[in-house]
Amino acid sequence: MNRLTESPDHFRHTGHPRKGFFTDTSICIGCKACEVACKEWNRNPHDSEYELLESSYDNTGSLGADTWRHVAFIEQDREQIGRARESGRALVSLGMPSVGPPGQDQASNLAGADTTPPDTPDFRWLMSSDVCKHCTNAGCLDVCPTGALFRTEHGTVVVQDDVCNGCGTCVAGCPFGVIERRRDGTAGPKTERDFTPGEQAPTHNVGVAQKCTLCYDRIVDGQTPACAQTCPTTSIKYGEREDMVATARERVAELHAQGLTEARLYGANDSDGVGGTGSVFLLLDEPEVYGLPPDPRVPTADLPRMFKRAGIAAAGMLAAATAAFLAGGRA
Amino acid sequence: MTVSDFDDYRPAEPPRRRKRGGKRRRAGGGEGRGEVPVVPEAEFTSYYGRPVVKPPPWGDPIAVYLFLGGVAGGSALLGVGGQMTGKPILCRNSRLAALAAIGVGAVALVEDLGRPERFLNMLRTIKPTSPMSLGSWILTAFSAGAGVSAVSEIDRMTGSRLPLGPLRRLLRGLEGPAGVEAAVFAAPLSAYTAVLLSDTANPTWNAAREDLPFVFVSSASLAAAGLAMITTPVKETGPARALAVLGVAGELIATRFMEKNMDPVAAEPLHLDGPGRMLAWSERLAIAGGIGALVGGRHRLTAAISGAVLLGASALTRFGILRAGIRSAENPRYTIEPQKNRLAARRRAGIIHDSITTTE
Repeated sequence: MNRLTESPDHFRHTGHPRKGFFTDTSICIGCKACEVACKEWNRNPHDSEYELLESSYDNTGSLGADTWRHVAFIEQDREQIGRARESGRALVSLGMPSVGPPGQDQASNLAGADTTPPDTPDFRWLMSSDVCKHCTNAGCLDVCPTGALFRTEHGTVVVQDDVCNGCGTCVAGCPFGVIERRRDGTAGPKTERDFTPGEQAPTHNVGVAQKCTLCYDRIVDGQTPACAQTCPTTSIKYGEREDMVATARERVAELHAQGLTEARLYGANDSDGVGGTGSVFLLLDEPEVYGLPPDPRVPTADLPRMFKRAGIAAAGMLAAATAAFLAGGRA
Repeated sequence: MTVSDFDDYRPAEPPRRRKRGGKRRRAGGGEGRGEVPVVPEAEFTSYYGRPVVKPPPWGDPIAVYLFLGGVAGGSALLGVGGQMTGKPILCRNSRLAALAAIGVGAVALVEDLGRPERFLNMLRTIKPTSPMSLGSWILTAFSAGAGVSAVSEIDRMTGSRLPLGPLRRLLRGLEGPAGVEAAVFAAPLSAYTAVLLSDTANPTWNAAREDLPFVFVSSASLAAAGLAMITTPVKETGPARALAVLGVAGELIATRFMEKNMDPVAAEPLHLDGPGRMLAWSERLAIAGGIGALVGGRHRLTAAISGAVLLGASALTRFGILRAGIRSAENPRYTIEPQKNRLAARRRAGIIHDSITTTE
């Protein structure tokens, strides 16, 4: 990554370890308790008036200004399961990088294990709780002009909602489509925690970019983020990012040993386009099936080159104007 | 399945979509093209056709700003040129145009903020990673110079009636240097907006990152030259006509290169529907205006019409590019397909260390 781009390394001196999530979708039951807990704790307005999306049991749709946890729901048939398993097997045989300590080559361990796939079921349900990735190289943070988005001492990315002026650049800068400008909502104060239950509370932070804070207000007090605390199956795990990645690696090796070659990790690789994500996922199909980008890249990775091209273009404009006065002055 | 008598009151269920139909979009070709795909459909899955990246909440005011910022930048260059080569009317009109354009443009920019009252937060910090931050500073520096030189012109036009007092001498002394200062920031002002669009995860804008600055400075040049051809008598618009022709040539060439260098899938929205029509018309108008400036530029009326046509061409370019990008973010195909292709290409080349998906 170029020198311009910010990353949590700058914050190592804070003495706090980098925090993150590991979302193990293989044990998610799609109960959406995380969505509810997130909305409750952060007092986020609801997204719509009970709109049904008519595509699956997911009626939330996507992450956004008012939805900081989103449970995806996908129904697949035998053919699709077979394809997922096949694409996972192709990944394994690529010899994808082992980012962990050298010497522990799980791929060779896998060779000895019984990799006969279990009976392929006729269909399966994929459920996955999506969240802000809290990227190592965060696109939203880099392009924010006001400094409203900042890196916390826990290595997470948070909006200061009293600074943000709602320019919307971060919305375009996020390769995962997470952050969004809040339009209006129908509920939700954070300023007044002692609101009257059952009464409509005024919407806060309208016109300001909003996204998951990894419950900054909870983790500074040593608490677990609301979604992870409420998750009944421990599909959402919270802790130090290094531990999360280690847990994820163990889990994917375990699933591979059971023949579930469709299992794969998302965001655990520090050499990927966003420098690895703070929220690591275990997926059971290609990322785009869950609405995740297959090869995200932080846009500022190419920024020095873009500045160079713009500089050449600006010089060209000056040259054209000079030439115009030299040529047109004579006429 | 009926479990209760009251279930009869329920409306009939809509016919179920084919299971894969919802998750798969037809690859190749856009809506309303009616072509029979010759190439087999590419493998493309998405989450119920929902977008992966979000389009920025940028409406027409941003396109207006892109257009007017370019007009302002080009006008400041014409102004300083007129100042140096002794073309007082061109100099005056261009200075006024620069201030008017940047003034309206800045208002449009503030209007599009989610919290317009916090617009000054743009100058809270200087952030090299944020083109919006650098752009705000460029805009501020440009406006200072453009403002001083234009106010001096206004004062002269009104017969020194502005209540300036002793500041008048200072203003007269500063107008020349201020015009030069504005000109220094004029070209960056016209070019940075391209970086602002490209430095995003937006599929079309990001794919255009190599050549979009060239399209934008060309568009700015031809628009400012067009405005000068409207406002200024032909005896002083020789440089403006030359700049118009150079701008048109630059835009035609830069657009070709841009589309050649872009991922073919990410370039599609530039040719589809509304934005596609806008960009096609922009090109036609640019050619017409350029020919008008070259051939009939010495005729006052022809020059003015050509100028208006050029301004229209530039406005259409900006609206077209902005809307094409927003369209590209709304369809997951433009995000997923180029990413899958580049990932596969890297894997074929033996680069397997940088995938976000890993197996161990």
